[in-house]
Amino acid sequence: MIRLLLALTLILGAAAARAEIAIQEVVSPGGIRAWLVEEHSLPFTALEISFRGGANLDREGKRGSVYLMTGLLEEGAGDRDARAFQAAREGLGAVFRFSATDDSVSISASLLTETRDEAAALLHQALVAPRFDPDAVERVRGQVLAGLAHDAQDPRMIAWNALDALAFPDHPYGSPIEGTPESVAALTREDLLQAHRDALVGGRVHVAAVGDITAEELGRLLDDLLAGLPADGPPLPERVEPAFAGGVTVIDYPTPQAVAVFGQRGIARDDPDWFAAFVLDHILGGGGFESRLMTEIRERRGLTYGIGTGLVPLEFGATWVGSVASSNATMAEAIAVTRDIWADVAAHGVTEEELRAAKTYLTGEYALRFDGNAQIARILVAMQILGLPTSYVTERNALVEAVTMEDIRRVAAELMDPDRLTFVIVGRPEGLESGQGAGDAEESAPVSGDRPPAELPAAAPGDQG
Amino acid sequence: MPFRKPILAALICWPLALPAQEVTTATLDNGMQIVVIEDHRAPVAVHMVWYRTGSADEPVGRSGVAHFLEHLLFKATDDMEAGEFSRVVAENGGTDNAFTSYDYTAYYQRVAADRLELMMQMEADRMNDLRLTPEDIATERQVILEERSQRVDSDPSAIAREQMRAALWLNHRYGTPVIGWRHEMEALDMEDVLQTYDLWYSPNNAILVVAGDVDPAAVIAMAERHYGPLPAEPDLPPRIRAQEPPQLAARRVIYEDPRVAQPYLLRSYVAPARRTGDQKQAAALLTLARILGGSSFTSVLAEALTFDSEIALFTGADYDGVALDQGTFSLSVVPRPGVSLAEAEAAMDAALARFLEEGVDSGQLERIRVELAAAEIYAQDRIEELANRYGAALATGLTVADVKAWPDLLQSVTAEDVMAAAHALLDPRQSVTLWVSSGEETTP
Repeated sequence: MIRLLLALTLILGAAAARAEIAIQEVVSPGGIRAWLVEEHSLPFTALEISFRGGANLDREGKRGSVYLMTGLLEEGAGDRDARAFQAAREGLGAVFRFSATDDSVSISASLLTETRDEAAALLHQALVAPRFDPDAVERVRGQVLAGLAHDAQDPRMIAWNALDALAFPDHPYGSPIEGTPESVAALTREDLLQAHRDALVGGRVHVAAVGDITAEELGRLLDDLLAGLPADGPPLPERVEPAFAGGVTVIDYPTPQAVAVFGQRGIARDDPDWFAAFVLDHILGGGGFESRLMTEIRERRGLTYGIGTGLVPLEFGATWVGSVASSNATMAEAIAVTRDIWADVAAHGVTEEELRAAKTYLTGEYALRFDGNAQIARILVAMQILGLPTSYVTERNALVEAVTMEDIRRVAAELMDPDRLTFVIVGRPEGLESGQGAGDAEESAPVSGDRPPAELPAAAPGDQG
Repeated sequence: MPFRKPILAALICWPLALPAQEVTTATLDNGMQIVVIEDHRAPVAVHMVWYRTGSADEPVGRSGVAHFLEHLLFKATDDMEAGEFSRVVAENGGTDNAFTSYDYTAYYQRVAADRLELMMQMEADRMNDLRLTPEDIATERQVILEERSQRVDSDPSAIAREQMRAALWLNHRYGTPVIGWRHEMEALDMEDVLQTYDLWYSPNNAILVVAGDVDPAAVIAMAERHYGPLPAEPDLPPRIRAQEPPQLAARRVIYEDPRVAQPYLLRSYVAPARRTGDQKQAAALLTLARILGGSSFTSVLAEALTFDSEIALFTGADYDGVALDQGTFSLSVVPRPGVSLAEAEAAMDAALARFLEEGVDSGQLERIRVELAAAEIYAQDRIEELANRYGAALATGLTVADVKAWPDLLQSVTAEDVMAAAHALLDPRQSVTLWVSSGEETTP
């Protein structure tokens, strides 16, 4: 049962919901570990598989190889070419989604109980025996290049890519996982085979299943599904400190509305102060309509449709980033207010009322994430990657509750760095030029991460707090 | 050549037994309709109120007012201060938002199931008792203009779509953007907003959808308490919109914008929408969309333009049949580098002509049935999607029975149904073909 047992207690009128979910830790006969939540009311199983490493494993000069390889996993495997593979999948009613991120290659599958074994056998082929047929390689390469061309004209992507490059000049996080037009054009079939060997490593896999399947059935399924993958892979990158130096970079672009992204160092997910920072971010800009930035910049001043921030604790570097769009005429004001708020919170922390409201929201919202097999499977894999125990789902709200005003004040003072809050603006903002701002502080690089989602706040539920 | 492969569908004993979906309906004395969808897997509830009014119901010259009002519903009421609604939802661990479309405007919250009554209390409050100030109007008008800048003016595809829809609908308000034309948005004032509010926001024009871990009888009793006392609007007007005349001329829209990196073409046809008790043609059209462009590997356009020739990077087809008046059917092609939009369009037309001649591949139709049935099972996993399905249907003239009948109707579509729907639909005279490029393409 996916039943979340909610122990509702009313504390100062607030809802403190506690999620309890029956997670089984399964070890297959072949030794593969997985987490399972049995839910037999719908005749399907959501399976989430994630390989640590991802686009970080691109070899020197081969940026984009893991991304392109991942896109080709659904383009034919074993004795089936792309069309035969897809026709087989369609006939089984199965859904497979393959995705690459900076830190992982993931597969989200939905398998009907009635065709589960056949669908798993098909997916096994995609994982261990992808064909990389030349025509498929050219087709998907063309799609990736089209995406890159599109991004090159998209103000938001231009801005994020520029901010990443500033933060991580010498790390994979500093460049798009899709690669550059030049690197993608130069990738060979051999490079894709290499990326496949590097990224789909049995020793780096995390698995969660939620749905109409028993522990025994899951164990057998996983032994077949993941058989034949290499046990070990190449080394993962070093942890790096991002190089946000402050200041403003304006990238000229003809658009009536400018886009700004901004960032400073973040905080690692396993840092003891993670939850204080997480609550602080929620109050500052992560919390949607209620956040300080949204209240001041949208609700009070009407300068934007939306502004948001988020902590991005990637595995090898953490950032704290945000974005806002505003007319060229008003962008300077939106940024000035953002800076003021950043400095004010760094100096004064937040109010008791803000902290109370944030905790109430974050603890209440947590249980609401666990609705739906696919969603729960994603959360469970994210927990495994972070090294969290299954008991985390019941302990997590207490960690949020434990954050004090003093914690917030301390973390705001230590972590928030208004002088190094670095802006990239794409557009023709009036009264803003590159270099302007509080960016004169000398070098000293704190920590930070990389690729934020296009729209903030938007980290996948379960990835963070 | 149609793609013929041995079908694996034979492995499956079809149809799969679909899980029983517990749906309860009721109507309050003041006319408010209630739909309750039970899903007891998690202690979560989705609370939605759908108003049967959208941008297509706006007065001439006031485009954007429905959406503007939607924003303003988060301001003060007689009982709540501005922003309090969302703050209270957040303080209870929930999330809330709202959306406006051509045919409806909806407000929703997702909360722990035991917070449902509080949501009803607040939602009922703002149905009648909004207290707007001139500052609200001035500030929020800036916000919606920024929203337009962000969603439309900064996005060449969105601009192109807007221009295309304006050409697709000769007479219907579906040709005017939901967010509004900028010059009309700039002129929206308090009076415009209040007229819309007073006219359309009333229980007899609203649908309450509650989905999740709830007891239907308790939900209905709660609705009686909070929505029951609201007076029905005696002068609720019928939703009469200007209808389309026969469309007699194929249209072209050429949009050029230096920000366009990847040229593409899109063709939209006016198509029949789902009608209550009469959804067969719509089911055939949805199946047709899957056949022509539902897969980038196995559908007709992908076969012809991506595999049998090197014309397209992507092809697609889409049918939107949930609409009060008429729906749309769209085809899209993104050509490979070096292939002109004219060549891509010619190839698409040739593929359509061949399809009309050769008919439906039975193996493909069988696989699509399997996929649609599977999708129905997967949809049961997403309670919000189910709630949206009912809300949108009921706001566009369909009934709960129609929604329940739809999956079986999709399974019963035959090759003959598809071809009849295709022949009726694919008349260039009821279509617009859009070319989007950076301007280096030659015009047709």
